[in-house]
Amino acid sequence: MPNAHLKVWRGDTGGAYVDYDVEYEEGMVVLDVVHRLQATQAGDLAVRWNCKAGKCGSCSAEINGKPVLQCMTRMETFIPGETITVAPLKTFPLIRDLVTDVSWNYRVAETMPELKLSAPDADGHRRMAQIDIDREQEFRKCIECYICQDVCHVIRDHPENMEKFAGPRFFVQLANVSMHPLDQNPAKATVSHGFGLDYCNITKCCTDVCPEGIHITDNAIIPLKERRVDEYYDPVKALVRKVFGGGDKK
Amino acid sequence: MAQATEVQQRYGKTQRTDRWWLEPVALGAGFLIFVIYSTVSGFNVGNWHYEAGPYLSPFFEPLINPSWTPEWFSPAIFILWAPLGFRATCYYYRRMYYRSFFMSPMACAVSEPAKYYTGESKFPFILMNSHRFFLYVALLFIPVLWYGAAKSFWMPGEGLGIGVGSIILVANAFLLMMFTIGCNSLRHIVGGGLNCFSCTNFTRTRRKMWDLVTVANERHKAWAWASLVSVGVSDLYIRLVANGAITDINTWTTF
Repeated sequence: MPNAHLKVWRGDTGGAYVDYDVEYEEGMVVLDVVHRLQATQAGDLAVRWNCKAGKCGSCSAEINGKPVLQCMTRMETFIPGETITVAPLKTFPLIRDLVTDVSWNYRVAETMPELKLSAPDADGHRRMAQIDIDREQEFRKCIECYICQDVCHVIRDHPENMEKFAGPRFFVQLANVSMHPLDQNPAKATVSHGFGLDYCNITKCCTDVCPEGIHITDNAIIPLKERRVDEYYDPVKALVRKVFGGGDKK
Repeated sequence: MAQATEVQQRYGKTQRTDRWWLEPVALGAGFLIFVIYSTVSGFNVGNWHYEAGPYLSPFFEPLINPSWTPEWFSPAIFILWAPLGFRATCYYYRRMYYRSFFMSPMACAVSEPAKYYTGESKFPFILMNSHRFFLYVALLFIPVLWYGAAKSFWMPGEGLGIGVGSIILVANAFLLMMFTIGCNSLRHIVGGGLNCFSCTNFTRTRRKMWDLVTVANERHKAWAWASLVSVGVSDLYIRLVANGAITDINTWTTF
């Protein structure tokens, strides 16, 4: 069996990288190797994981500097003998080893507007056409691994922006509410105020790292920005509103 | 618990081991070459002709050359602000130049040098919201460019024909059209801004248009670069023909 040369962050912020050589077999992912390390050499290594199938979003880490899911990173993607650096997510407070405190995301989630559904039909049911809802199904794929939040430079390099910037994961959620065919929130509640949408400069790192392949920038953030442009910056729409008046929600 | 950025500073600028710098450097260099070329060419009208037979450089299409302008004045000034504004505020180009020129960030998970960051919430980058305005102008340019391409098949005094320049101008008009059609802002206007596609026949039609624009939008980066190269090549080719450096292969006898 070949050896993987791992460099794993150990300890809290006062910790350091520790080198390990761990045997691995064909077909293993990095999380398998980290588990073998835990079982054979570092029994106190803290690593968060759950499904090992890329669906729970627990094992997010930075492998060779890239935010990824450990369970979806196959060992054969590395050159044999290459040092594999495994670090915790760097945007969030470090608890220990590979585990960070991502609770900031839960606090942001509490600020998200809820769907305000329109009144049901006469028979008491609400109906949506597939053509209206299929665009949003992409957003439901989010597994809340927070890799997009981790890679976003708005908070990664400038943590002071965490007070005013919700981050890409929550822009997906805002888009989900904003585009919902039955939602009755006024546009301003979901799009324009309080979530720091205009701090995003479209560098698309969130899209690049999303393990679910959600087109976060093109299908959520830019459409939200465009809805904001509708309200404030479109010269033709402003003229139409001036002449004919204008509603809030389409 | 300490903020993780302290950890990041401790770790260094990035731990990426791939050649993350290659794309921003290559794209930034390519873009810079175009900006320098188009500035030099667009403003150089003295002895550097921009019309050759039925061909007119796209930097000057449509040709607006009033008699009151001084001799040194380039008619391209009436034209170039529009594509410049459209590209400068384009969502794709923003991604490219924020990475390549502002290093904000240069690549994903690579620390950026700026100490403060307000993104597009303040001047000057809040002006990126003018992209919608520039889109409206760019849409007007599509028929103008096709008119220029069609005109390139008609040699005054000789009539219908075809030359290498005609083919280049058709390709250029097509690529610029596809770049404009793939615009994220257009995608929003044609249907993306709706929440109910199924409500009326008109909204159903707009959904189909949204689907079509989405196809072009998915390759927006490719259209952006292809059209940038084509407009530069079109100008260069016509300039070289107009100034006698090369000869255009065509079906006409007097050109």
